[in-house]
Amino acid sequence: MKSANPVAEPIQLRSQRQRQWHTFVRNKTALLGLVVAVLIIIVAVFADDWFIALLQDRDARPLFALFEPFKQDTFNRLQAPDSVHLMGLDDYGRDILSRIVHGGRVSLIVGICATLLGGIIGTTMGVVAGYMGGTVENVIMRVVDALMAFPGLLMGMMILAVMQRLPGSGLTKAIIGIGIIMTSGFARVVHATALTVKGREFVTSALSIGAGTSRIMRLHILPNILGEVVVLVSLQTAQAIRIEASLSFIGLGVSPPTPTWGNMIKDGMQHITYAPWLSVFSGLAIVLTVLSFNLLGDGLRDVLDPRLQE
Amino acid sequence: MIKYALRRVLLTIPTLFAIVTIVFLVVRVIPGDPAVAALGDYASKQAVDALREKMGLNDPLGVQYLRFLGDLVRGDLGKSMITGQPVREQVLYVLPYSLELAVFAVVVGMAFGIPLGVYTAVKRNAAVDHLGRVFSLTGLSVPAFYLGILMMLLFAIKLRVLPATGGGDLGDWEDNLRHLILPGVTLGLIMTASVTRLTRSAMLNVLNEDYIRTARSKGLAQRVVIFRHALRSALVPVLSVIGIWIIGVIGSSVTTEMVFVRPGLGKMLVGAILQRDYTTLQSIMVVYATMVAGVNLLTDITYGLADPRVRY
Repeated sequence: MKSANPVAEPIQLRSQRQRQWHTFVRNKTALLGLVVAVLIIIVAVFADDWFIALLQDRDARPLFALFEPFKQDTFNRLQAPDSVHLMGLDDYGRDILSRIVHGGRVSLIVGICATLLGGIIGTTMGVVAGYMGGTVENVIMRVVDALMAFPGLLMGMMILAVMQRLPGSGLTKAIIGIGIIMTSGFARVVHATALTVKGREFVTSALSIGAGTSRIMRLHILPNILGEVVVLVSLQTAQAIRIEASLSFIGLGVSPPTPTWGNMIKDGMQHITYAPWLSVFSGLAIVLTVLSFNLLGDGLRDVLDPRLQE
Repeated sequence: MIKYALRRVLLTIPTLFAIVTIVFLVVRVIPGDPAVAALGDYASKQAVDALREKMGLNDPLGVQYLRFLGDLVRGDLGKSMITGQPVREQVLYVLPYSLELAVFAVVVGMAFGIPLGVYTAVKRNAAVDHLGRVFSLTGLSVPAFYLGILMMLLFAIKLRVLPATGGGDLGDWEDNLRHLILPGVTLGLIMTASVTRLTRSAMLNVLNEDYIRTARSKGLAQRVVIFRHALRSALVPVLSVIGIWIIGVIGSSVTTEMVFVRPGLGKMLVGAILQRDYTTLQSIMVVYATMVAGVNLLTDITYGLADPRVRY
């Protein structure tokens, strides 16, 4: 029997990071989510050679997107998918695949920037509310409640509708509008976690040696909720991309001729009976992207839940 | 219980009041003139002034706010800024279409989601469970309007078994139902995804409890253990968030109504936004807020019935 052996078995030591990475890699669906999300980002970023074009001061040439997204071929409009135009041509004769790749830029920029904006504001609100307590907590959490009173999409519609009056690009408005919606989700979760961290010994110990409120929040509370925030960033990016698609389907946010997945579907609806490829492929792009971020977030949550680790 | 219900009803009033105030302020405080926005940048100054006067936009903010509140209390939703028609009439016309859609979707969502959640929990880690996981994550990722388009392509355009667009005749239940199925199932399927996911995890939690082991060791049939012992307590957390899903359905119904060109509150809202009709926009948001508050109230009360602990 091994336990009778006087010399202890060498224990394989693993750091927390290694264990977490191990759990993540074993989760095949999460890994798939990560790979697909990274691929989508790479294809969208390198849709054309804008980085070389910028240096050489010329127009960008197509790279991953095989054709130019605005180039019209009106003789072949509504052409069905074939070996050259894999997803067909739209009603102006523009290559749909290339427009989807370029539309991905908009979706990803809006999705990621809005999540970061909402994440930074929401996390700050949550930490401050959770740690400070009292009136500050009450005021912040009532604002969060009010933001959550409407479904995200309706809230986004109202904010963007009112922002129609303001100058500025549709892209910025979409980021701000969706960013505001994202705020409440972060604030609520972070607030709950901050409350549990607040009572831990290391916070009391920091207090006892005279650390200030801001120092405790930055150096003691924040690092301990970061895991939770990372999971949220992934899941909320998925939500933000979905909301952006819905808003641009309605006709709010980034406006044509800039392609977005939502406005491509909307434009395709006029020809849905005889040319469904106009709408179907951009929808697939949305589902694939949102699904990959959801899978990634789901997997990350498993990794950060210590009960599931060996 | 009655005391608990009454307290909930009273608590709804300040929430509604706060939401109405937010809607009012968001529409007013953002810079830019709603009258100019409605008439376009090239409208004459006289036309803009006339519209401002007609809409009462020249009065101080406080007066406008009190008038808005007073009208709402009397059930008056104001007049459209573009057509001058009373908003209330139009809302009353489309509301039944939106309500039947929401109810249909919620029924579909619960009817499929709960059994599916129970089944995948009992068959944990079997192929069915993995399939269920893929299904529910896809359901959480597909936007309602896209699923609607796919349904329309398959059942209305390809198979031609159901009508693609319209809301049907409210007086003719058969026609009405035929128009309701596609959008209703679309929203229902998306809700099924969330219901399955939560029912499954709630069931898994309960199935680990000691009293389930006791029930099994007594030799009770699997069916009795699952449905009488486990599902009953698993439904409590499911009930507590059902309100959030219904609110989600209400949100997604906006784009679904657009896809199926169905009369409804959502389509009316989109119309108001695209025409920059701020008075209609503001009134519809108030109607939505009332619906959301109503759903929350009902959830709280049902939850109080199901779990006596929350009443205190």
